[in-house]
Amino acid sequence: MDLAVVILVEVLYAIASLVLISAGLAVVFGMMKVINLAHGEFMVLGGYATITAVGLGVNIFVAMLIIAPLVVGLFGLIVERLVFRHLYGRMIDTMLASWGLSLMMIGAFKMIFGNTTTGVSGPIPGFAVGNYQINGYNFFIIVVSVVLLLAILAVLRGTRAGLVARGAMQRADMASALGHSPDRIYMTTFAIGAALSGLAGAVLAPLVGLVPTAGAAFIAKAFITVIAGGPSLVAGLASAAASFGLVNQFFSFLVSPVVGDVALLVAAVVLLRLMPRGITSRFLRGKL
Amino acid sequence: MTLNRRSFLASTAAATGALMMPAIARAQDAIRVGTVLDVSGIFDAYGTPMDMAQRLAVQEINDAGGLLDRPVELVSYDTQSDMALYTQYAQRLVRQDNVDVVHGGILSASREAIRQTLRRANTLYFYNVQYEGGVCDRNAFFNGVTPAQQAEVLVPWAMSRSGPRVYILAADYNYGQITARWLQKYIADNDGETVGVDFFPLDVADFGSTIARIQTESPDLVIAPLVGGAHLSFFRQWAAAGMNDRIPLASTTMGVGNEHKVLTPEEGNGMMVAYNYSQELDTPLNNAFKERWVAAYGDTDAIHEIAVSHYMGLHLWAEGVRAAGSVDRDAVIEAMEGGLSVEGPSGVMTIDPQTHHATLDVHLMEVRDQKMEVAESLSQRPPVDTQAVCNLTENPDDNTQYEIEF
Repeated sequence: MDLAVVILVEVLYAIASLVLISAGLAVVFGMMKVINLAHGEFMVLGGYATITAVGLGVNIFVAMLIIAPLVVGLFGLIVERLVFRHLYGRMIDTMLASWGLSLMMIGAFKMIFGNTTTGVSGPIPGFAVGNYQINGYNFFIIVVSVVLLLAILAVLRGTRAGLVARGAMQRADMASALGHSPDRIYMTTFAIGAALSGLAGAVLAPLVGLVPTAGAAFIAKAFITVIAGGPSLVAGLASAAASFGLVNQFFSFLVSPVVGDVALLVAAVVLLRLMPRGITSRFLRGKL
Repeated sequence: MTLNRRSFLASTAAATGALMMPAIARAQDAIRVGTVLDVSGIFDAYGTPMDMAQRLAVQEINDAGGLLDRPVELVSYDTQSDMALYTQYAQRLVRQDNVDVVHGGILSASREAIRQTLRRANTLYFYNVQYEGGVCDRNAFFNGVTPAQQAEVLVPWAMSRSGPRVYILAADYNYGQITARWLQKYIADNDGETVGVDFFPLDVADFGSTIARIQTESPDLVIAPLVGGAHLSFFRQWAAAGMNDRIPLASTTMGVGNEHKVLTPEEGNGMMVAYNYSQELDTPLNNAFKERWVAAYGDTDAIHEIAVSHYMGLHLWAEGVRAAGSVDRDAVIEAMEGGLSVEGPSGVMTIDPQTHHATLDVHLMEVRDQKMEVAESLSQRPPVDTQAVCNLTENPDDNTQYEIEF
């Protein structure tokens, strides 16, 4: 019984961390069709922002939940203005540009923070479930990702800004004719996507140490989750993360974490063979 | 005086020549020591202090008048925690830089990447890091602790303080694989039971499911030969889950990169380790060493066990050169095989002629408030694991890494 609870928490945690890793990319790639290969580095930037802020004496929760998204959102805004806005609709060019950006960011991290592992300790103590101990921080990650999904859903469905954004993504010319500026909508969406990546990096930083090249570990999982999720943003993200998280943890427990990662990739290949356009192209169609 | 083009060229050429002359003379005269260490990347916590230690050692040798009345010059390369760079830089050291000896390599994978290159090039090689034992190569010397010196005493000590059921978590490359087999042997020798063994590639940083898996086996003790910056997360997550109060932890690697100073006292307290060196050793030689280190680098924060063994390795080699009266490879090997010995911050270290490994002191220690408190000291332990399989006196052409069958 206790073990079942522990495994459940670990599975939820795995799903939650996939949601977190992929949320920013889902906005930037899923909505805007911008292949942002610097997504992993955006996350790492969020992590470094947190560690720096904590080092300066800021409360760790403030650093993770407010400072990191702000910093990375602002950074996203700047690179959108300087680079990406000139490249919308040119998929290969954005790939190249964002790859260059990612290399530049890795170089900058190495120069500023050193080519070394930095980290902060988790802020939440562990607690017992029967005979088992659970990392309390896992719950925090689960809560953050649930809130995140609900917030995205609420903004896209419930607010006028969300409606305009969705409209502009589908038919930029129509949105423009109706008096909205697609340029500004794209800018805002990109910045929000970047801020979400920053939040993810910040929240995961206390769990795993940061090295300048840590982004590479996230980007593959993020792309797989977003692509396997398919056309709808929230439903796609949740369903893909749920499937992969489950497969990953099942094999992690049964065999080892390495086999868990392999199983995740195999599951992705099989899933995309069966549903080339993603889960939400077949199930949950028309959902957000 | 008017300065025309011809006189200007003549005078600057002469000046440049004069400036370059001593440089050339120095370069020909100096004994060149090549080193390859990870001073950046995920293993920099090991490599950076080793680099500081080797500079200190070379400075000490030079301050004492050099070797054979020649100064010693370091030619060091940063391998950036990238195994591919080891082979590249080892080639450069022997072909281009023509060094007299190579020290370095940190992970066992990096040692095996360069050992054959140096052997073929007839360049003497010193691997100054604790490792899994068993390498039998007349061209190489090893002064780190091996399983018979470390795990053989650590396992029964840790088991006596916890219980017989042990879970092993090891890094997934030659060091971790072979060390895990040694651990299983010593656990069985002490009537214990190995209830689980997991291996992790060096970039794995999320141990959540592993920590839950360990608990399903409810072992009395976890032994963790984990390696590098990513694996450091295990100790953090272990503590974050509150496990550090429930299941004792021992390690054959934790602390050699000063991990116990990166972790908070709460995260590190109680971990059991066994090494050749601790900063807390209160011997005159260690205190003098720490003073010299402070004079060079400001504080003692960086000093760790493999930095000291690297430092000792350089002094062992220097002693070998003094005894041989030459930097020639064969002369130095013969001198070293004469049971050469040095005394330094980690005590007396004597080369075992049969295996080219070292007989040294081992200390059982417990991490307490970011320090390694010595619980028990075992003096002058010979490398019996390697002695059982390797005899370079009888079989000088041996070139194998023997592994334990279990």
